[in-house]
Amino acid sequence: MENKLIEFRNVSFRYTDEQPWVLKDCSFTIYENEWVAIIGHNGSGKSTIAKLMNGLIFPQKGEILIGDKIIDEQTVWEIRREVGMVFQNPDNQFVGTTVQDDVAFGMENRGFPREEMIRLIDESLSAVGMEKYRLTEPYRLSGGQKQRVAIAGVLAISPKVLILDEATSMLDPKGRLEIMETVAHIQTERDLSLITITHDLNEVTQADRVIVMNRGELWKEGTPREIFTEKASLRQIGLDVPFSSTLAEELRRYHIPIEKEPLNHEELLEELWTLHSKM
Amino acid sequence: MNNLIIGQYVPGRSVVHRLDPRTKITIIFFFVIIVFFANSFWSYFVLTLFGLTSMFASKVPMRFMMKGLMPVWFLIVFTFILHLFINKEGTLLIDWSFIKIYSSGVIQGIAISMRFFLLILMTSLLTLTTTPIEITDAVEEMLHPLKRIKFPVHELALMMSISLRFIPTLVQETDKISKAQASRGVDFRTGPVKDRIKAVVPLLVPLFVSAFKRAEELAMAMEARGYQGGEGRTKLRELKLSKLDIWIYCLFICVIIALFLTRHYG
Amino acid sequence: MDITFKDVSYIYQKNTPFAHKALDRISFHIPSGSFVAIIGHTGSGKSTLIQHLNGLITPSEGEVLIGDVRITNREKPKDMKTLRSQVGVVFQYPEHQLFEETIEKDIAFGPQNFGISEEETNERIKEVLPMVGLSEALLGRSPFDLSGGQMRRVAIAGVLAVKPRVLVLDEPTAGLDPRGQQEIMDMFYQLHQKEQLTTVLVTHSMEDAMKYADHILILNKGKIYMEGRPEDVFTEVEALNKVQLDTPEIIQFMNKFSKRFNMKIPFQRQTPKQLAKQMYHLFKGDERT
Repeated sequence: MENKLIEFRNVSFRYTDEQPWVLKDCSFTIYENEWVAIIGHNGSGKSTIAKLMNGLIFPQKGEILIGDKIIDEQTVWEIRREVGMVFQNPDNQFVGTTVQDDVAFGMENRGFPREEMIRLIDESLSAVGMEKYRLTEPYRLSGGQKQRVAIAGVLAISPKVLILDEATSMLDPKGRLEIMETVAHIQTERDLSLITITHDLNEVTQADRVIVMNRGELWKEGTPREIFTEKASLRQIGLDVPFSSTLAEELRRYHIPIEKEPLNHEELLEELWTLHSKM
Repeated sequence: MNNLIIGQYVPGRSVVHRLDPRTKITIIFFFVIIVFFANSFWSYFVLTLFGLTSMFASKVPMRFMMKGLMPVWFLIVFTFILHLFINKEGTLLIDWSFIKIYSSGVIQGIAISMRFFLLILMTSLLTLTTTPIEITDAVEEMLHPLKRIKFPVHELALMMSISLRFIPTLVQETDKISKAQASRGVDFRTGPVKDRIKAVVPLLVPLFVSAFKRAEELAMAMEARGYQGGEGRTKLRELKLSKLDIWIYCLFICVIIALFLTRHYG
Repeated sequence: MDITFKDVSYIYQKNTPFAHKALDRISFHIPSGSFVAIIGHTGSGKSTLIQHLNGLITPSEGEVLIGDVRITNREKPKDMKTLRSQVGVVFQYPEHQLFEETIEKDIAFGPQNFGISEEETNERIKEVLPMVGLSEALLGRSPFDLSGGQMRRVAIAGVLAVKPRVLVLDEPTAGLDPRGQQEIMDMFYQLHQKEQLTTVLVTHSMEDAMKYADHILILNKGKIYMEGRPEDVFTEVEALNKVQLDTPEIIQFMNKFSKRFNMKIPFQRQTPKQLAKQMYHLFKGDERT
């Protein structure tokens, strides 16, 4: 966890000179093999961060480092090998006419030899559980399946970090679950950092660390537990709090002294059990 | 909507399906030319035999073939009748008040209709047995030499394959938007033509907006995945000529020879 | 307006090898003024079902009754426009239907198609704008200059300006952030109560279904799998899990709670606040014994 992977140093960004800053003086670090969730209301600058990490846009102020390289026009193609990205709309990132063509796309761009592509297609499709669909056309796939193919396409390049930019927001609950299970599985199997940009509280509680964005500024950084203790201010900036955390808050109002901020039902029940046996 | 077929490809594993798409395109290209050299009964016989054999070898059900021929039946019949009435050579066969039909009119009518039929048969056989993406690959390979004169072969092929990929998406989108606008009171089906043309605006504008948005997002996704144009790119799809292709080329050369031998007989 | 489905089936691409039965002999009745949530996986027939409500498609078999309009395979209502003005549909991602040069014109588009006078339309625009949380200053702007969330509000305003009696909402909050989702849903609920609308909400969110609906329809593979009041449907945990649907989180928690503590709290659609109170009393009562 100690090695720095991505570092934002006082980064500011705006699309044109007339427009307001989308990102204001942001500094943070993401380490190797950790899972960071970035949350914030729509328009808070979350997706801008993702695009900056991949060199799709460049900051006007400050600098962004991937490993020890600063992202600029020269390094950007190298950096895109290390930073893989999955976007929101499953349809608008599927390039190939079949699943295997789409997985191959990134490798073709980097000039992988054909034999290696075939091996990696098999490997990455089975990592996301889509090996049975190698020759299927995209319009026969569900949204969740398309997103898994997109993840496979990124994995094939073996990047150091995988960014999911609201990749589950257009999916139904089943599709969401598929993606989150896939991603959690991959993260334990491979040396890979994970950045999920999301509104889904379930995704947030699973992360190691959370970055909260508000109006283009980094509002807070911490573990999910630390973040969710600040319920009132989170709600104020338009964000939600998990159910167990909300219930814990209500219980405290009835003088049931829940100390540890519960992230899931089990933690809350455990705490209640301890308190109850003391009563 | 889930079963939308792009083009008219009929999946299969027949000899014709398994041929390299380049072979199919090359043969059809030359077939289209030599059809115009046929001038005798036996030469037509040779070509028809080749055409029908290919058709049966493809194992494409008759009704799909007929569907492809449907729109041109009228044209075939029309040219036949035209020749029947216009050509005034040979012996007079029917003389029925102002209608006079001569023997060479009948023969020529049959010949021209036959030509039409063969052309359509072979070209639809190509699209029935080859996926659009195979055709794209073949075109890219065959146009490869043009790269030297800076012709954007790779870009053209990529454009074709992306269009193919997005056709079903756009069809769905059109359906969705037209339903949304119908719910807002747009009437696409009845009313005067002028109103119906106006009704297209609420459909076309959102379609364009969404197509542009898709294009923008797709371009970004492609860039994020390391796309920098055709330079230094490798390809997963590979076209390989097999023994089958060589046999079919030999067969086709025999057909050409047979055609030129029979041109002067019959 | 009452909505009734009698043995409705719908078959896509009928009489082709690709024929696919999306709805399979569906019958139900929605009394006027109710708030119904339709739940089901993608492909369960939800969107096919709601397209019947304003005559976008007609049933292959059976009959649909909307108020006193009857729609069957043979019988299309003569006055489709009136039906569509009475049944407003907010489709998924409704911002995709915007096309006019200004926001004002786009909101006016529906009312004008349905023959509402210009003055009346202008009044209605002023009425619906605050409801969806947009300011009048925006009216002259192009809808395409707005953020996604604001575009959604414009599209919704366009549907509301027609003043439908039935409101059909197909996942109206998909893709919005938590606050936006809540604002939009609360707005629909208020309107539903104030205007005594009949509201049909298609959703994946069990929480929303529990919070707003008084009747739940669960679709599975084109058939009605379960139907009833939320408190009855959502307590059938096993039946729901069988078709891979979840229960609202509060019910999941209450079930775990009763297992662990061997204390039963009946589900009455309580809020976390009410639940905390009940738990508190349970603990206190337990202490006394």
